[in-house]
Amino acid sequence: MGKLRFLFALWMAKLSIPALKITRHNGTDFPGSLALRLCPDFLRYIGRPATVVAITGTNGKTTVSNLVGDILEKSGKKVLSNRAGSNIASGISTALLRGCTLSGRIRPDYDLAVLEVDERASIRIFPFVPPTYVVITNLFRDSIMRNAHPFFIADVLTRSIPKSAKLLLNADDLISAGVAPENERVYFGIDKMAGDTQACVNLIDDVRICPQCSGKLDYEFRRYHHIGRAVCRDCGFHSPDALYLAKNVDMEDGSLELWEDSVPHSYPLITDSVFNVYNMVTVIALLRRLGFSHEEIRPLMAQSAITASRHSEEQVGQVTLVRQMSKEKNALAGSRAFDYIAHRPGRKELLLMMNCLGDTHHWSENTCWIYDADFEFLAHESIAQIVCAGARAADYRLRLLMAGVPEEKIVCERDEFRAAERLDYTPGDDVYILYGTDSLALAYKVYDHMKSLAEARSEKEVQA
Amino acid sequence: MKVEILFPEICNLCGDLMNIRYLRQSCPQLDIVETDLKSRPRFLDEDIALVYLGSTTEKGLSLIVEALTPVKEELLSKLDEGQLMLVTGNALDALGQYAQDDQGWRLDGLGLLPTHAEYHMMQRHNSFYLGKFGDMDIVGFKSLFGHTYGFPSGDALFTTVKGVGRNETTTEEGWQKKNLLVTYLTGPLLVLNPPFAAYLLEKMGAPCVQPAFEEAAMEAYRIRVAEFAEEGRDFRY
Repeated sequence: MGKLRFLFALWMAKLSIPALKITRHNGTDFPGSLALRLCPDFLRYIGRPATVVAITGTNGKTTVSNLVGDILEKSGKKVLSNRAGSNIASGISTALLRGCTLSGRIRPDYDLAVLEVDERASIRIFPFVPPTYVVITNLFRDSIMRNAHPFFIADVLTRSIPKSAKLLLNADDLISAGVAPENERVYFGIDKMAGDTQACVNLIDDVRICPQCSGKLDYEFRRYHHIGRAVCRDCGFHSPDALYLAKNVDMEDGSLELWEDSVPHSYPLITDSVFNVYNMVTVIALLRRLGFSHEEIRPLMAQSAITASRHSEEQVGQVTLVRQMSKEKNALAGSRAFDYIAHRPGRKELLLMMNCLGDTHHWSENTCWIYDADFEFLAHESIAQIVCAGARAADYRLRLLMAGVPEEKIVCERDEFRAAERLDYTPGDDVYILYGTDSLALAYKVYDHMKSLAEARSEKEVQA
Repeated sequence: MKVEILFPEICNLCGDLMNIRYLRQSCPQLDIVETDLKSRPRFLDEDIALVYLGSTTEKGLSLIVEALTPVKEELLSKLDEGQLMLVTGNALDALGQYAQDDQGWRLDGLGLLPTHAEYHMMQRHNSFYLGKFGDMDIVGFKSLFGHTYGFPSGDALFTTVKGVGRNETTTEEGWQKKNLLVTYLTGPLLVLNPPFAAYLLEKMGAPCVQPAFEEAAMEAYRIRVAEFAEEGRDFRY
């Protein structure tokens, strides 16, 4: 009965694909959602390639999955992935059913699957689609409402990952490094870099005590939050050693050395942010586990690009307009964005609109996260003006004051379009709009308004 | 005048520690002292105006119990003498009889409160809260794995107007006995409620009781109180 139900669900889901194409909805998870509705254990029966790579973690899983998928395809492999859909059970189901025949068997031309998996949703996926390799990029605080705290997510992953899975973990992150302790594992990491400190400058610092004896941890170096290399002064516990260790990361020169078994291998950098250097190192380490040589990986990596979906900038009139994603309800994403902005050269103006629009009408956004986020970075002298917009504008204003931002730099305007009009657009400034996934569509409209305002301001300046 | 934060290395979720930063910004004369898990709480031996314990992980709850068990009797005696202590979020579960989840985890608490907690790990409770503290409106949020049970009726810290109390069956929220103030509300309670911050500063005998950034804080507070009270706005996420 189970198998019959599965086949019925598979055929109905497959039938929905051309219908969605006709109605131009082919990027959705509808086929997988339908399959799961008709057969809740659909994932148990659906076929999959012999090698399944699951990539999960708080940050970087999309970038790593896309990079790995691109490189594997460039190398001639046929890869099944969920990059067109979501990373929860419905997205995984959609990806797998698209790659299966009508009998539910995986098409033989697929060499492997590379699946991006939401860390909390892993418990509904891994028991049915057991991965050969699990890559965990890192674990940080995410939405308090959904993910509680990163140790809860680490526990979910430990319970989800089958014992047979081989793990690739971040040696510089003591939360993800402790996941599924009985599984076979290797680590990647980045050696001490210029700019690393010993003390934590962030509000979120989730690994202050030893995971084994609760003694105080000393950090040999700290990159941000709990990312770094730590040792326990009481029991001697320390961060694991990385088999794949990036050294001599030179942002100006655009190069790094990837050390493996005491042998350096040089790589060109394809990014200027530390976050993405981690993503690069993760990709190299994974490809090594999949049997590629450094000589094979290097040219493929050099041809790859990291999609800048969360940051874009353009010169408009006499200012540079910058779109910067800063996920709402996510203190970590906010902190990283604020740090990045504060330390970029030049004078800046900011429009903050990382509001949860979905919550505005029927609920009210839980704003606890803004007290975990490092708004303190925005007190940097290079930031000349901050306009707070949306339903939570007054909350941002208070938080900015608590962070030490002078009152005269803050403007509060609930309507987002009027808020855009309150920006100064001073010639030479970088003018940022910070938004979340929830406010994405509105942010793009507000950005267009900012563009016309910046152009008008520029024309006025020229006429004057 | 000292404020002691207990175990900030683990009791720091949901922006809870901003409660104490806000008190310090309101009254710069406050001396904030931090006590880690391996140290003896200072309020047992020193004059401390306020002791604060904030939200933590489930392992953190067991570490609180481990750290406070050797001084449990002294702690009880200090509370009995009227020591002012504020406990927010799930930290109260460390003070109760026990906490357990639906996956087999169980923690025996300190047993200072007659309560127990029930967690449902994959069904997080998220709600906003509107209540009363005397005549004062109180706003806040709950983002928890479950609820607490077993408080005797009465002695609530807040009375619920809209939202969930100690659990789904009561409008009583939190607990107040002598100067022990306990609430299941998470996060920056004092920042969200500047009048309550002023009340606490006064109770501490602080030399200044005016909330920091009062105009901005009161504006955000008034907007939130009005928003939460709106008809048709559901407290449940």
